[in-house]
Amino acid sequence: MTDIEPDDTVDARGAACPGPLMDLIGRIRSAESGDVIRLLSDTDQSLTDVPEWAEEAGNELLAVEEIDDHNAFYVEKA
Amino acid sequence: MTEHVVIVGGGTGGTVLANDLADRLEPELDAGDVRVTLVNDDPDHVYKPVWLYVPFGQREPDDGRRALDDLVDDAIDLRIDRVSDIDTEARRLRFRGNSPPVSYDHLVLATGSTLEPDRIPGLAEAGHDYYSESGATDLRDELLAFTDGDLVLSVIGTPHMCPAAPLEFVFMADDWLRERGLREDVDITYTYPIQRVHGNPHIAEWARPLMEERDIRTETFFNAEAIDPETETITSMEGTELEYDLLVTIPPHAGVDLIEEAGLGDDGWVDVDRHTLEAEAAENVYALGDTADTGVPNAGSVAHYQAGVVGQRLASKIRGRPATATYDGKTLCFIETGMDAASFVEFDYEKPPSPAPPSEKLHWSKLAYNESYWLTARGLL
Ligand SMILES: Cc1cc2nc3c(=O)[nH]c(=O)nc-3n(C[C@H](O)[C@H](O)[C@H](O)COP(=O)(O)OP(=O)(O)OC[C@H]3O[C@@H](n4cnc5c(N)ncnc54)[C@H](O)[C@@H]3O)c2cc1C
Repeated sequence: MTDIEPDDTVDARGAACPGPLMDLIGRIRSAESGDVIRLLSDTDQSLTDVPEWAEEAGNELLAVEEIDDHNAFYVEKA
Repeated sequence: MTEHVVIVGGGTGGTVLANDLADRLEPELDAGDVRVTLVNDDPDHVYKPVWLYVPFGQREPDDGRRALDDLVDDAIDLRIDRVSDIDTEARRLRFRGNSPPVSYDHLVLATGSTLEPDRIPGLAEAGHDYYSESGATDLRDELLAFTDGDLVLSVIGTPHMCPAAPLEFVFMADDWLRERGLREDVDITYTYPIQRVHGNPHIAEWARPLMEERDIRTETFFNAEAIDPETETITSMEGTELEYDLLVTIPPHAGVDLIEEAGLGDDGWVDVDRHTLEAEAAENVYALGDTADTGVPNAGSVAHYQAGVVGQRLASKIRGRPATATYDGKTLCFIETGMDAASFVEFDYEKPPSPAPPSEKLHWSKLAYNESYWLTARGLL
């Protein structure tokens, strides 16, 4: 369990790839610098998609949490 | 008592469904046991795939327009107005124009996609598109006069209508410019928001080498953030900056506002069970086509198959039988790979796509489909 308090959560469970990453990108677009967005995704592809994109865009992936059948990604907008 | 089915949206999905129900429920419609109303905000039905050919001077927007009155069976009540409010508790719709409110027993939302260029600063001013009728004719004027410089096609966000169309546009532009002896003077760049050139990995793997062969440059992980019409540059959230002389974009898409206001889903897309197409948040409400959030492409072929499923489910319910028809994710797409060659893909929730080798025959099949589309809309094909 992380104790990071997200500013916003995007629930992309059930969406096929690239849905979860696109949902995250959409939410980061409208976020303020420093905001932490939590993405919930149940596709394994997100485990590579999200870190790769966060690095490319200069945003920081603070943590990835495994919860039952899905993962929670915490991304801080640069 | 008469059961009332109301379909909102007279595009591909709504029109195919209305004609499907006219046929399927003929006895009930004749007996007055069922009434079907189709509502559209434009007296014309618009066939959007024609717009891909407009910028190259090969089709006119009017080739994609027909009066709904001529396409829709006489047994259907046609109402031309814009729905402004959906109350799923009271099962009632209100309209923007003069029409009085309407109550429904079964509601089908087929309201399609809306373009939202204003989400990206500078886009409305500087970007061109072929995803709207006026966009396609404006782009035609620019493209016909374009002889050299940087042509950038940027896919801004997904989902958007017809995920194949951005690839088709750059392949067609490449071929068209070659035919006119201008290709050496034009650099073509294609940008995509994720790490591949298409959302579907199988289509991306197929398209990438074709793009390399054709000298179409690609920029992946490119999410347009702003466009500066003064300096003619487009900047991404990832920090990449591209210069353009002609900028063509696939603008951000959303569904219609009233869906979110009615609590049926975010961004105007209706949350549905992806097999039954029934809305998650309300009873007796279905969604189909672009507006149904199923994860499959926003394509006319999808709207067509889904209309058949909703038609069968509605008929079963109206006759008091269990509804068994389900949608399996079936999608068909022809993909133009030049001015006289095309590929073809077919896939569903289980089976991934495997693009066919491009051929002239497939190109003619696509054009033949476009011509016969009006029979599809009438429910004859
Ligand atoms: C350039 C381009 C090329 C394409 N090529 C292909 C292709 O080759 N193959 C393919 O399968 N698909 C293609 N498509 C996609 C296809 O056109 C759409 O996916 C399809 O039209 C979706 O059908 P629909 O019924 O969901 O929505 P639409 O056909 O968009 O219809 C929605 C209708 O609802 C109406 N409406 C919306 N809100 C309201 C309201 N509040 N009240 C009343 N009426 C309302 C709209 O005016 C419209 O008439 C292409 C699209 C574009 C833009």
